[in-house]
Amino acid sequence: MLRFVVRRLLLLVPILFGLSVLLFIWVRALPGGPAVALLGERATPEQIARIESLYGLDRPLYEQYFSFVRRAAQLDFGASIRTNQPVIDEIQRRFPATIELSVAAMIFAVGIGIPLGYFAARRYNTWLDNLSVSGSLLGITIPVFFLAFLLKYVFAVKLGILPTSGRQDVRLIVDHPTNFYVLDGLVTGNLNAAWDAVRHLILPAVALGTIPLAIIVRITRASVLDVVHEDYVRTAEAKGLVKGTITRRHVLRNAMLPVATIIGLQTGLLLSGAILTETVFAFPGVGSFVFGAISFRDYAVLQGFILFIAVIYVLVNLVVDISYGFIDPRVRVR
Amino acid sequence: MRLSSSPRRVLAATMGGVLAATLAGCGGDSGGPTTGGDGGDGGDGGAPDNAQTLVFGASADPVVIDGAFVSDGESIRVIRQIFEGLVTTEQGGTDIVPALAESWEVDEEGTTWTFTLREGVKFHDGTDFNAEAVCTNFDRWYNFTGILQSPSVSYYWQTVFGGFAQNEGDLPESLYSSCEAQDPTTAVITLSKSSSTFLTSLSLPAFSMASPQALEEFGADDVSGSEDSPQFTGTYGTEHPTGTGAYKFQSWTRGDKLVVTANEDYWGDKAQIGTIIFRPIADGPARRQALEAGDIDGYDLVDPSDVAALEDGGFQVLRRPAFNVGYIGFNQAGPPMDNPKFRQAIAHAINREELVTTKYPEGAEVATQFQPPQLWGYNEGVPTYDYDPEKAKQLLEESGIAKPAVEFWFPTDVSRPYMPDPAGNFQLIKADLEAAGIAVTSKSAPWSPDYLDAVDSGKAQMFLLGWTGDFGDPDNFIGTFFQTPQKLWGFKNQQLFTALDEAEAEPDQDKREELYQDINAQIMEFLPGLPYVHTEPAIAFRPGVDGYTPSPVNNEDFNKVTLSEG
Repeated sequence: MLRFVVRRLLLLVPILFGLSVLLFIWVRALPGGPAVALLGERATPEQIARIESLYGLDRPLYEQYFSFVRRAAQLDFGASIRTNQPVIDEIQRRFPATIELSVAAMIFAVGIGIPLGYFAARRYNTWLDNLSVSGSLLGITIPVFFLAFLLKYVFAVKLGILPTSGRQDVRLIVDHPTNFYVLDGLVTGNLNAAWDAVRHLILPAVALGTIPLAIIVRITRASVLDVVHEDYVRTAEAKGLVKGTITRRHVLRNAMLPVATIIGLQTGLLLSGAILTETVFAFPGVGSFVFGAISFRDYAVLQGFILFIAVIYVLVNLVVDISYGFIDPRVRVR
Repeated sequence: MRLSSSPRRVLAATMGGVLAATLAGCGGDSGGPTTGGDGGDGGDGGAPDNAQTLVFGASADPVVIDGAFVSDGESIRVIRQIFEGLVTTEQGGTDIVPALAESWEVDEEGTTWTFTLREGVKFHDGTDFNAEAVCTNFDRWYNFTGILQSPSVSYYWQTVFGGFAQNEGDLPESLYSSCEAQDPTTAVITLSKSSSTFLTSLSLPAFSMASPQALEEFGADDVSGSEDSPQFTGTYGTEHPTGTGAYKFQSWTRGDKLVVTANEDYWGDKAQIGTIIFRPIADGPARRQALEAGDIDGYDLVDPSDVAALEDGGFQVLRRPAFNVGYIGFNQAGPPMDNPKFRQAIAHAINREELVTTKYPEGAEVATQFQPPQLWGYNEGVPTYDYDPEKAKQLLEESGIAKPAVEFWFPTDVSRPYMPDPAGNFQLIKADLEAAGIAVTSKSAPWSPDYLDAVDSGKAQMFLLGWTGDFGDPDNFIGTFFQTPQKLWGFKNQQLFTALDEAEAEPDQDKREELYQDINAQIMEFLPGLPYVHTEPAIAFRPGVDGYTPSPVNNEDFNKVTLSEG
């Protein structure tokens, strides 16, 4: 087990190296550089040239790359060219928000997706099944920004029961020892603040979790449909096992394997979906930060963020691989 | 993964949770707009109502709260509340009025400026504002080195003063020479040559006065990191900005909120509201929804297409006096744009009246020149190009161009005050040009930086662009556009360059006005582009927010704003 984990972690090295090269070339291949983006309508060719020379953007690409790698090896991802503040600080400070949102979105997607997929399969070809299949199709196709707009219109503007944006009512004065706002509220005993943070999470989590939800519903449904027709389920039924036990131990447990894989893969989707979701909900996580960086061609921020996401993605999928062993002892790694 | 209860129960619990959340939200302290306090009107000019809080929806985080280092609107909005300069602009206008300097005089050469300072003013850290503080600030800017000389960092200093004590790179000699504190209330600033924009530009937040002690203590100019990745290491601009303004900095969580509180010791009109919170909401529709839901009390950069709906919904939409220009640029680097008849034909082919009426909200007006009518130097008698497709066709014939065609660029993913819907403008203009017999090839790119890059580097033959003024001087409009040869225009018109140099240097205000009027006529004769609109950018508030005066140059203070239940 330990060897497996170490091997997978070592794999990170070539992945990060390859990614850093691709990334480095990609962001610099984009038309227009940060100098133009920073100065906007005001840019003159002389000013652009001076900014490029000051930030070393006029040096050969390989030189820039080595300087980047040298710094990255010391966990220094440079500073945002817009604010001249270290990128790593910003990512560290904002990451809890993104985790909180992603976890909430996952709870929504898994908490509703698995039961819904299961019941759709058990009521195969009934109205519930048809509804969940067509609903999930809709869920996959609806653009996040449109869904967000709609959710806010209904729940915030019209009904006035949920906030439109942010992580917390800005008028509240609260301490944030961990930067996980829900947790902070609980830790400091400020239940109002915790509840307020939860309320701020609901709409963005629904918007972000809709696509994963749709996918989880479909995979669970397909997987359960497969499993319920297996011999061992029929055997279990034949020998008179209680229905709940059959569901738990024979159907769901076996059906969960592909679902777990999908949940792992969804992490990447969640983190990229967070860019848009966080922006439309003004949710101060890494996603909204990167959104700004894209339009400013903020190389350092983009590089730092994408490498960071890659590490998270690999780690989450490692956890998923390990979880297979718990779900199905047959694939337990040795 | 172990499921601890049956799926049926999981589903029920989840649904129950959502329902509970919804219900509790109904009864909770949600959503209402508010003033935090009892909603007293606070408008009697007394002490601030500390219980009141105004939440303002900004379009982004500030870059840093240090006027010397920024040129973006969101940083400037906050800096205006915390800091003051020697002079400022009158409320709602562009005329210069006293601020931290009570009066000033200039010698005959126009190079020695003597400012008499307001007495008894203190910075937020309790230190005195005096002539020495003025000189420390000027000397600070003048002595910037390294990355602080980047045009993205000290943009306004370079725009107004040119260079530094030690220029690194190709910069002009500095307009600033020295500053002397003759006594605590007399600061004498010496310039290297006469400049007629010096005083006006001192109203910019870039030249506002910061506490010398705080600048020093919190390392305002400290930079570390490698050569190609410099980092600000001081905490002055992020945690300790210290000015003399009606509001004091309290806290800033990037991406979340920036809080300022009323300065009880302010020398002028004290703030009426105890706390202002600036909240970044990048997405335009999200800002509008936040206002409608009562999460914020006001927001800027209102989409012109939202104005009518907001007004119908009972919200206040305030308009800033037009201080911008939207124009179509012609790049004369090659044919056919280098042909004056061709440019004139384009000007006559476009129905600007219709463009402005159909694509712009109330308050927008058709432009006849590259500066707004509210600004001195405007010339009623410039050559005009009325909509006349027949004349356009005739001019095309006279131009001798066999197959008139242009590559016409417009930006995507952007909305500017002078150009809320670039693609819409483009379609109308394109249709007009084609009707006159000019073939149009469409080119588009995302605004920042792709489009700007294409335009600035001279790649775009014909393009949509515009400008919002920083301060009340024609030099900030036509001087910025046409005083030097630029790739985006692709022309070298020495007569025009010289005329603009002379107008900038002219010390006599009346003469200057005449010079700029002449130049405006000269420009419209030459027709480097076609100005088509001046707009009135909007800012929205919920009912009950009063006393906000929109300014053409965005010099807008919150200290006179009052709150009541709307």
